[in-house]
Amino acid sequence: MKEKISKKALREAGSSYLLLSPTLFVLLLFIIGPILFAVYLAFHKVELLGITSFEFVGFSNFEKILEDTRAKIALWNTVKYVIIVVPCQTLLALVLAATLNAGLKGEKFFRIVYFLPTLTSSAVLTLIFMWMYNQNGLINNVLKLFGFPTYNWLGDPDVALNAIMIMNIWSTAPFFMVIYLAALQDIPDSLYEAAELDGANTLQKFWYVTVPYLKPVTSFVVIMGLIGTFQLFDQSYIFSKGSGGPNNSTLTVVLLIYQYAFKNLGTMGYAAALAFALAIIILVATLLQRKFSKEESLY
Amino acid sequence: MKKKFHIGKAILYTMLVLYAIVTLIPFLWALSSSFKNLEEIVSGTINFIPKDFTLDNYKQIFIEQEMFPRWLFNSLFIAVTVTLLNLLFNSMAGYVLARLSFPGKKTLFIIILAVLMIPAQVTMIPNYLILKQLGWLNSYQGMIVPVMINATFIFMMRQFFINFPKELEEAAALDGLSRFGIFFRIVLPLARPALAAQAIFVFMGSWNDFMRPLIILSDPAMFTLPLGLNTFKSQYISYWNYIMAASMVFTLPMLVIYVFFNRYFIKGISFTGGK
Repeated sequence: MKEKISKKALREAGSSYLLLSPTLFVLLLFIIGPILFAVYLAFHKVELLGITSFEFVGFSNFEKILEDTRAKIALWNTVKYVIIVVPCQTLLALVLAATLNAGLKGEKFFRIVYFLPTLTSSAVLTLIFMWMYNQNGLINNVLKLFGFPTYNWLGDPDVALNAIMIMNIWSTAPFFMVIYLAALQDIPDSLYEAAELDGANTLQKFWYVTVPYLKPVTSFVVIMGLIGTFQLFDQSYIFSKGSGGPNNSTLTVVLLIYQYAFKNLGTMGYAAALAFALAIIILVATLLQRKFSKEESLY
Repeated sequence: MKKKFHIGKAILYTMLVLYAIVTLIPFLWALSSSFKNLEEIVSGTINFIPKDFTLDNYKQIFIEQEMFPRWLFNSLFIAVTVTLLNLLFNSMAGYVLARLSFPGKKTLFIIILAVLMIPAQVTMIPNYLILKQLGWLNSYQGMIVPVMINATFIFMMRQFFINFPKELEEAAALDGLSRFGIFFRIVLPLARPALAAQAIFVFMGSWNDFMRPLIILSDPAMFTLPLGLNTFKSQYISYWNYIMAASMVFTLPMLVIYVFFNRYFIKGISFTGGK
């Protein structure tokens, strides 16, 4: 009897591993292997020309980060971008979702329209916005029409990053809006009815019922937002043709990693060290966010 | 009281309409630019209706850049293959993690959760070196194999199968179906809603991906659309009528998919987001 059971267990383990084999293969060769390899790279100077060679350099790649002015600029740009974009897109997503959820006619139509930017590839969206941001383009012409000052959106170091921020708030908010929409449908009507009995108006209901109820979802949306915004790459790359210009104003951490890894010679190990630094920054930001949202919920 | 309610409704409608306009303007502007001639593009007018409506741009881009059909094919082939493989492999892994017992199960599950937290930038450099060593740069397999599974969706499928009624499988087992038979003939067909949501996201991710092709592909014949578009833009830098026409052509497939499957998109997001 016992032998039969173990035979059955053995068969189950066998079919388990068979079904898992593609996953294990990719996990080992393209995820876990590379993570270990990345650790190795971060402590070496990598030479790709001719015969690939690795020279052990200890912590010097990490020390170099502290002396690298471009790394500081990239980090500062990225942090600025995160601090502005994450709250704006979260708030916009919440307001849009609440408005859509108010039970008006045509809700479905608006939902379909709002979702369009999420479908469109970042490359296409960036090109469309570059065309609108053009010196003689739609945005400047409309600003001129209403007597506002115009900007050199793509060429002025003081505004180029803002131009990317506006574009990305516009294009990512709808995605998070849908997450909020799903959560909004779970709020029991009785909560709103109780608030109405207490004499709450629409805004008060939104602020005292909807917002607190959605707190866990907001936490999720903010964490996803943090992870996404820290990894800004496509838009700055296309905007600046890969340079991070004008005058490093659209240089992000990931763009810098890309440049050091694939455009400059002999700095691949340094790029790996930067990638680890970024991973740690994202992790710390996520943990901080969790700590804050927990503390808040105590009140 | 009743009047106040109407005012509230009017405000909400105004907000909805205003934001719909904000969403649509870039697309409409791109669409209208794609029908304008170069003269009108350069003149910097703000009319949405082209003065001289022309289809030339759409014809011209395929003449100027012979690679466009090829890029379209590359993008489609890679996205479809990646999607199919992900559906199959993620479901297999999710099912095993939800249902079967085997040594090392707990460790594997923890590894999959941990992998979710590692940003792609950490693995992208070593992956490039590995693909180079394998001779897989500038190849379909280089674009497909490393992303044919996805930890997020393995996790999602596991959650799905955990809530899946066990009785069906037990009945099938009594009928003499093997583990594989149960999985492929009973479980997989019933997992359609989860698979549809997953399919859309994997497809969209692959279709729109910019960074991986940028690193892996350097031969123009292997480019995917986003990469090709970017190259096209740097060649025809001020021909915005061409660039917009090309952008529109390559937004179309995704739009068509969306029109037919938009309920799955919404479901899919709440599926991944709700957990």
